[in-house]
Amino acid sequence: MSNWIDIAALQDIPQRGARMVKTAHGCVAVFRTGEDEIYALDNACPHKAGPLAEGIVHGKAVTCPLHNWVISLETGLAQGADEGQVATHPARVEGGRILLDITCLRAKAVA
Amino acid sequence: MRQKLIVIGAGMASGRVIEHLVEQDPDAYDITLFNAEPRGNYNRIMLSPVLSGEKTYSDIVTHDDTWYAEHAVTCRFGEHIADIDRVAKTVTSENGDVLGYDKLLFGTGSNPFMIPLPGHDLDGVIAYRDLEDTERMMAMGPEKKVVVIGGGLLGLEAAAGMAARGADVTVVHIMGHLMERQLDEAAGYLLRKALTEKGITVKCSANSKEILGENGHVTGLSLDDGTVLPCDLLVMAVGIRPNVALAQASGIAVGRGIHVDDQMITSDADVLAVGECVEHNGAVFGLVAPLYDQAKVAAQTLQGQTASFVQKELSTKLKVTGCDLFSAGDFADGEGREDIVFRDPARGVYRRLVIENNVVIGAVMYGDTADSNWFFGLIRDKTDIADMRDTLIFGPAFQGGTPLDPLAAVAALPRDAEICGCNGICKGQIEDAISAGATDLGAIRAVTKASGSCGTCTGLVEQVLAHSLGDEFVIPAAQPMCGCTDLTHEDVRRMIKSQRLTTMAAVWQECAWKTTCGCHVCRPALNFYLLADWPLEYQDDPQSRFVNERKHANIQKDGTFSVVPRMWGGITTPDELRAIADAADKFGVPTVKVTGGQRIDLLGVRGEDLPDIWRDLNAAGMVSGHAYSKGLRTVKTCVGTDHCRFGTQDSTGLGIKLEKELWGSWTPHKLKLAVSGCPRNCAEATCKDIGVVCVDSGYQISIGGAAGMDVRETELLVQVATEEETINVVKAVTQAYRENAKYLDRIYKWMNKVGLDWIKSRVVDDLNERAALVARFELSQSIYRKDPWAEHVARQSDTYRPLANLSLEAAE
Repeated sequence: MSNWIDIAALQDIPQRGARMVKTAHGCVAVFRTGEDEIYALDNACPHKAGPLAEGIVHGKAVTCPLHNWVISLETGLAQGADEGQVATHPARVEGGRILLDITCLRAKAVA
Repeated sequence: MRQKLIVIGAGMASGRVIEHLVEQDPDAYDITLFNAEPRGNYNRIMLSPVLSGEKTYSDIVTHDDTWYAEHAVTCRFGEHIADIDRVAKTVTSENGDVLGYDKLLFGTGSNPFMIPLPGHDLDGVIAYRDLEDTERMMAMGPEKKVVVIGGGLLGLEAAAGMAARGADVTVVHIMGHLMERQLDEAAGYLLRKALTEKGITVKCSANSKEILGENGHVTGLSLDDGTVLPCDLLVMAVGIRPNVALAQASGIAVGRGIHVDDQMITSDADVLAVGECVEHNGAVFGLVAPLYDQAKVAAQTLQGQTASFVQKELSTKLKVTGCDLFSAGDFADGEGREDIVFRDPARGVYRRLVIENNVVIGAVMYGDTADSNWFFGLIRDKTDIADMRDTLIFGPAFQGGTPLDPLAAVAALPRDAEICGCNGICKGQIEDAISAGATDLGAIRAVTKASGSCGTCTGLVEQVLAHSLGDEFVIPAAQPMCGCTDLTHEDVRRMIKSQRLTTMAAVWQECAWKTTCGCHVCRPALNFYLLADWPLEYQDDPQSRFVNERKHANIQKDGTFSVVPRMWGGITTPDELRAIADAADKFGVPTVKVTGGQRIDLLGVRGEDLPDIWRDLNAAGMVSGHAYSKGLRTVKTCVGTDHCRFGTQDSTGLGIKLEKELWGSWTPHKLKLAVSGCPRNCAEATCKDIGVVCVDSGYQISIGGAAGMDVRETELLVQVATEEETINVVKAVTQAYRENAKYLDRIYKWMNKVGLDWIKSRVVDDLNERAALVARFELSQSIYRKDPWAEHVARQSDTYRPLANLSLEAAE
């Protein structure tokens, strides 16, 4: 069962930007693309746990600010020659508001 | 026996219902048509050509009096319905007539949405919806000033129509680019360019604040950045709302529009609705194609036949002469979606297809929309495009052929085919130059000028060389900026200057970027090039900056930041030191270190504490030390004549002056300076990007030092006599570096490419050029010489904090 909760307004994240959300199982980075799509990923690069929310967002990817790993916002997979994956979380936009699925975050906290 | 049908609203959808009825079963209904506007059905979407003068009202009338008479439709135009009694099945007109019905059809359309800005009720503030509005606009004489709020389909058509009539039109749009619902940024840029060429001023990201008036009439619009746009007429074209008032008052179910099912029946089985007033499966409608589909279904329902309305893919075209654009389907980024982008800068063409599971789901086209129907068909029919994927973007003409070999294509060009558009050089002239002995790109440029201007034809010239010389010529692998483009940094800088590209979207389009919005490699470089070349026009884009420059602190390996307050020339005071110590205590700073550039570094500050620690340091009079920037870092000094027995000049004072002039400026890479008071050089000036060594007779300025991965000694640029001249030379060399170097080249790398003599000729020998460079530097500094901390503390400290804290929520 999903349980969508309202996090913030879409405008609270700049286009091609990200903000961080604190959760019980760690920080989640919420990204807004140039096309106003929203993605949520764990805020830790699979390489050296760099804060992805501080990276440059381009297309549907973010570049980690520490060592330039490029992570797909859709799959969480490292792109190119790098190997690794970061957890993704359900997120969507409705009526200009950003919604996250809290059930999913809770399940991870319990697991 | 004939039933009674009452239709409320003579619009395009209800008009189409009546057409179907009188054609298919003229004896089924006695039809009475009410319309609040004092006229019958006309083609509302053709108001734009009426406004621009390409058509007249009589050209766009769909049903005239003769038509209504011929089909026995009783017309009651200019009359509102006052009341509906759904139990008795009667309507009451505003003059008190009561008419019975068997079936009732709502076609009440929509109302323009008026933003409730102060002054929205002034005379001269209108919407763009009906013939009255159009006539108001047409009555404006030429030379009048008009402001249009809203850069969507309707607003732009209004703007273009009035501009065609000679009005001075400004479009104010709240979003970052025009028609953002139908177009992406690149197509929005091309549209804006075309409208600007028509003399229309376009202001994007502009927030309207207040409509100004005098004696009850509009005089202007003020924006929240303080700009005032004077106007004689203000048109609001920001959207429409379904007109549901009458339906709602009659107790019919409404949401955003009047709820209808697939048969166009409302919550009352004898009441139907069609057009812009309805809501079907959560959607409301503004384009004409689905309205006609609804009308067809409603007519069949009224005749007792079974039919269902199905929502379909929609496409949009703008009806502005000279702006060919097309958009259809869904073109937002999304999971599993891929883009194919094609740009032809010379023709101003942009095409983008969005593909999902080998099916085209969205298309945006600008400039050449000839193939739009073919693409729309692919979207609508969900055609599998796997087999034609590689050539899909070129359109139907290219399908079925074999992929082109670029060399074969060049070989096939006739001798008079133009290769270099800037200089008008044809293939034949290049071939002649090759026969005459020019066997590389540089020689071709020297002889013919081909590819010497904007540089975009460089590849083509090289292909002509390769084709003519065979194996003797190897096409050099020019290092493109990144995977988004084939152009080099130098090519892109040249384009930005020569084509006056002042926005990132403009660069992407004119330089044929292969991605929609660049990548982490090109975006910071473009952001620098644009702000360096167009300090007034270009708006710095924080999202294209590395985190350090976005957050004005240095990110560390654990995600914390380091904070370095500026100490001008390395001079500090006990008060400043106390403030730094207090801040370090208050924010639990784990490490305090003295840097090589004579500053104090507070390491390990949490990101969300940054605005607070800056507020404290600001309060003690300190500003950002820019220890994180591709920009002026530090001016290191020795104590000079103040204290030193060997000092020849006031090196500390000069260092402080230089730092106060240069701070805040962005440069291709970091820029470190030092001023030493005598040739003993205690400030280590000769391994800085720019170093000044004081001597008895003046100041030796040298450039191109480094003490990093490469260690370099500076080379002497010039010796001057005064502090003032020193400052000017330093500014001029900094500006020449800003204007010409490749992003991430330190001065020594740039100097290796252009040569010290080239730099000398501009900043030392040519005093006019030096003055011009200084003036351009000062112009840029009028924008950028400011403390980022103060601004971030005041305006955006929220953005440093988490967007939300769900840790409690999730623990429940």
